[in-house]
Amino acid sequence: MVDQKKLRLHIRDTSLGYRLRKPLLKSINLSISSDETFCILGQNGTGKTTFFKSLLGILPPLSGSITLNGKPLGSFSRKELAKLIAYVPQAHHTPFPYKVNDVILFGRTAHMNFFGSPGRKDLLVVDSILDMLEISHLADCIYTELSGGERQMVVIARALAQEAGLLILDEPASNLDYGNQARLLKKIRALAEAKTGILMTTHQPDQAFLLDAKVLMLSNGSVLHYDDASEALQPDILKKIYGVNVEVIEAGTPGKNPLKVCRPLIDS
Amino acid sequence: MMKQSLILLSCTLLLLLEAMVSLWIGRYPVSPDQLFSFLIDRQSTDPHLHAVLFHIRLPRIIGAVAVGGALSLAGAAYQGMFRNPMVSPDILGVSSGAGFGAALAILLSLPAIAVQASAFAGGAIAVFLAVWVSRSIGKNHNAILVLVLSGIVISALFTALISLVKYSADPENRLPAITFWLMGSLADIRMQELPYVLALVTAGSLPILLSGWRLNVLSFGEDEARALGIHTDRLRMIIIGSATLVTASVIALSGLVGWIGLVIPHVARMITGPDHRIQLPLSFLSGGIALLFFDNLARSLLAVEIPIGIITALAGAPFFIILLKIISRETW
Repeated sequence: MVDQKKLRLHIRDTSLGYRLRKPLLKSINLSISSDETFCILGQNGTGKTTFFKSLLGILPPLSGSITLNGKPLGSFSRKELAKLIAYVPQAHHTPFPYKVNDVILFGRTAHMNFFGSPGRKDLLVVDSILDMLEISHLADCIYTELSGGERQMVVIARALAQEAGLLILDEPASNLDYGNQARLLKKIRALAEAKTGILMTTHQPDQAFLLDAKVLMLSNGSVLHYDDASEALQPDILKKIYGVNVEVIEAGTPGKNPLKVCRPLIDS
Repeated sequence: MMKQSLILLSCTLLLLLEAMVSLWIGRYPVSPDQLFSFLIDRQSTDPHLHAVLFHIRLPRIIGAVAVGGALSLAGAAYQGMFRNPMVSPDILGVSSGAGFGAALAILLSLPAIAVQASAFAGGAIAVFLAVWVSRSIGKNHNAILVLVLSGIVISALFTALISLVKYSADPENRLPAITFWLMGSLADIRMQELPYVLALVTAGSLPILLSGWRLNVLSFGEDEARALGIHTDRLRMIIIGSATLVTASVIALSGLVGWIGLVIPHVARMITGPDHRIQLPLSFLSGGIALLFFDNLARSLLAVEIPIGIITALAGAPFFIILLKIISRETW
């Protein structure tokens, strides 16, 4: 049994993509551990979804290997893997009007037996997660009738119900208003402090500063790895990735620890 | 859970009540007194009564419930698995395959039991081919879409084969027999063949009924279900295998009975909501209730028996339109 709290994903000389097509990401060497927080930046269409699907073991690597604590990802059963790595997709619509409580219970599937249904312990786990994310008031609402921000929180709750050591989030903040974005980042930070590994894509480089995260840049088929947000988020690198001029400034009340902020230059 | 057990219990009672009434309905007059004394001790002063009730009406009633329940359960499972409310148990070609199997056996003048076996085998082979084709195309991309398209192709192929058999059948005897078989009928069900069919229906229904929770999770899509710990490939094969087992075995018994598998799961879903753990068993019960009702119409509405497939289609089409109107106001 793999220790759920201490995980290390190793990606060695790996190419990712779909069979019979050109690989989307090439010769990746990377190590991700469950006490780190990563923000993944890159233009649309640079292979973020492919990257995630590969880390989730849904898409086998074209070459090279991805191992989790030394074992190849492909050797885990779906159930084992779901207890170790959880996935938060972008807030979405489903055609089925399930209750929020039930949606979060879906996260417990990996902890049930094959034909199983949720038991008392699963309900308790869901309750404590609702509590932690401060969304207990949504428990009996219909998922499909929630706002985008509320749905996002529910999907995060579902992932937390998996009790996995590594959380992969696909643009968790992109559909949220300003207040909800801030609240979400606060929760993510709290999770990171509780030693849950975080791997999230974002189109807001500032979030890497806010979370004090490491940065992965996806560009031209390769993955660049930076141990420190301020090392990654520099005007020339951002210009290369996004094709716009950006300046990085320090902001904050004097005396308190300053925070760096990216500011796109839209006059030039 | 309390409310849900109550729904299932009341539907079971309704079904039993309907079965009693169905025993009473028919051309041979049976008084309620006679019916009750038959039900209690199987004794009767009228020798014909025993034959009518036990050998003609009872197997037909049990058959109607099994056929309706199985088709509806398979339809509900497929609708959940394909995440599409417009899916019926025919989607992977089981009906046209079974139709071809039966038509071929009738053409070769095989006995009734061989017609049934051939129908069952035809249905199973068609689904197997559809799955095999979809797998050989590759499962990297939209597996569900490829599967549905393979099913459509295989269906079309077997429909063409049915036409070929009909074309070469002698128009005096064989052709009408094939045509009647394809319209579906519960009139020829005999007590002695029921145990086999019921065993097959039970063997196929149990895995489906036990997959309710997993089908719920699958409704969020293939990738998410896998990330949540579900072996989606395996689940899909369990559902397809079980649904094919139940549909092929009841089609072999009754011929083609359309619409039940498409319409009844919607009725069940309107009553229970989207939770497959309760929607699946309710689909079975209400499918049985519905087909028994239609079969009573088929055998008592006119002086001659009306093929059941025609009744379900005539009743199903307008009913489905009304359902669509109600459903389109809701989320799905």
